[in-house]
Amino acid sequence: MEPNPLPRLACPGVVAGSADRPVLVGSRCTCCGEIYFPAAQGCTRCCASEMTAHELGAEGRLWSWTIQGFQPKAPYAGGEAEHAFQPYGVGYVEMPSGVKVESRLTVADPERLEIGMPMRLTLIAYRQVAGEAPVHTYAFAPAA
Amino acid sequence: MNNDVAIIGIGLHPFGRTDGLSGQQQGAHAVREALKDAGVAWSQVGVAYGGSQDAGNADALGNLLGLTGVPFVNVANGCATGGSALASVIAAIQSGMAEIGVAVGFDKHPRGAFNPRPRDWGLEDWYGETGMMLTTQFFALKTRRYMFEHGITDDALVRVAQRAFRNGALTPHAWRRRELGYAEIAESMPVNLPLRKYMFCNPAEGGAALVLCSARHARKYTDRPIIVKAAVMRTRHHGSFEVFSPGLAAEQAPAPTVTASRAAFELAGVGPRDIGVIQLQDTDSGSELIHIAENGFCEHGEQAHLLRSGATEIGGRLPINTDGGCLANGEPVGASGLRQVIEVCAQLRGQAGQRQVPGRPRLGYTHVYGAPGVSAVCILQAG
Repeated sequence: MEPNPLPRLACPGVVAGSADRPVLVGSRCTCCGEIYFPAAQGCTRCCASEMTAHELGAEGRLWSWTIQGFQPKAPYAGGEAEHAFQPYGVGYVEMPSGVKVESRLTVADPERLEIGMPMRLTLIAYRQVAGEAPVHTYAFAPAA
Repeated sequence: MNNDVAIIGIGLHPFGRTDGLSGQQQGAHAVREALKDAGVAWSQVGVAYGGSQDAGNADALGNLLGLTGVPFVNVANGCATGGSALASVIAAIQSGMAEIGVAVGFDKHPRGAFNPRPRDWGLEDWYGETGMMLTTQFFALKTRRYMFEHGITDDALVRVAQRAFRNGALTPHAWRRRELGYAEIAESMPVNLPLRKYMFCNPAEGGAALVLCSARHARKYTDRPIIVKAAVMRTRHHGSFEVFSPGLAAEQAPAPTVTASRAAFELAGVGPRDIGVIQLQDTDSGSELIHIAENGFCEHGEQAHLLRSGATEIGGRLPINTDGGCLANGEPVGASGLRQVIEVCAQLRGQAGQRQVPGRPRLGYTHVYGAPGVSAVCILQAG
């Protein structure tokens, strides 16, 4: 069976794989090996400029988190009416390489979020506006 | 005092909301106040640096103050605009370029949280579109991690805010002058947990200006010069945890606050224990909490005890944000760093009224931090 293709993404350059098995893509410095998310144009560690694409994987551990309690102004493009805004989780997830990825979280309940908990990559429709295709972004969900 | 530079005039347009006055008008007001305080005329000023984030160019103040031909440099360094302007004026005076210089910052922000454009910061649009490019989120994420690593609870966040509003109530020019109770802060609306409504400062309006000259000449203008022992600005290093970071390096590095602070103490030849009055960037309770340690005033994790014991109050060992800081004054980005300097000058001159730190402090310290990872630190000494 063919894997489901990736949906419409706000950030097509940072996600690879399929809708069922997305992976994050960053870059790696060919000179010193430092890994970046998202892909960097140059290495801020050793000042080299040659980078190659690097897959960061799809699993990590929650490194820090917050709940976005108010609707952000533009350039936020969630598209919902002010009264329909629902707080959402945001966190950093530490990937196996040690790089921390800032990400939307699928959970916005403080009781269900704890630093160190295992997280798994998924895709969420962050923009759902009548008459247009939903726009997705990467997000992390509790893995357990 | 060979090549030292002194502050001889301070001027403020009170922070808050002033309908009917542009940011530039508030900046010009601050310059006039500072000139009056120094007893010098605008035409005597030989160099000026200044800036705002949202209220236009500083050299447009010439249209309000007078077109004297003065070299007026526009500074655009975010929260470090004031600190950068100050450091630049000092360097200009030290170089012999001018005898008298002015540093000015002003601003007038729309209401509500800042909404930066990703491309201005070298980031892609999706970072903003998907709702992750918010300063409030960063402060919350850094605070959460810091509290986890150093065993600090929400109690410390409440106490920082409580002290800020207590000091604001003592400060005639502060914007927020109502003391808030512990529960009122602790139960206020969650904005970005662990940070709540009364733990954040608001974008605001205002102006702040300084007149400076070589310390050799300072007594011609004032009997209370304030010597700038250090004015240091630093940007981030690879691996530090900064605002507007979609990713963080595997290995962490110290914040620009740490490097700016160390450099300033070295330049001034003093240490944290010598400082009698302190201004730290408190865009939010968490930031101040972290900055107490990053600036060397305590060990990481020691803050909870310091706050509970009253050490950071006006009468304590480490009086912090004696005018209520950003929390009680709001944050006009361009002006904020110079407000800190002005408050420390007032304290060192013994002019701080009800909020005066007892025992006439001799050395003061100011610190700003801002996007995308800049910090400016000043060490000031009563002359």
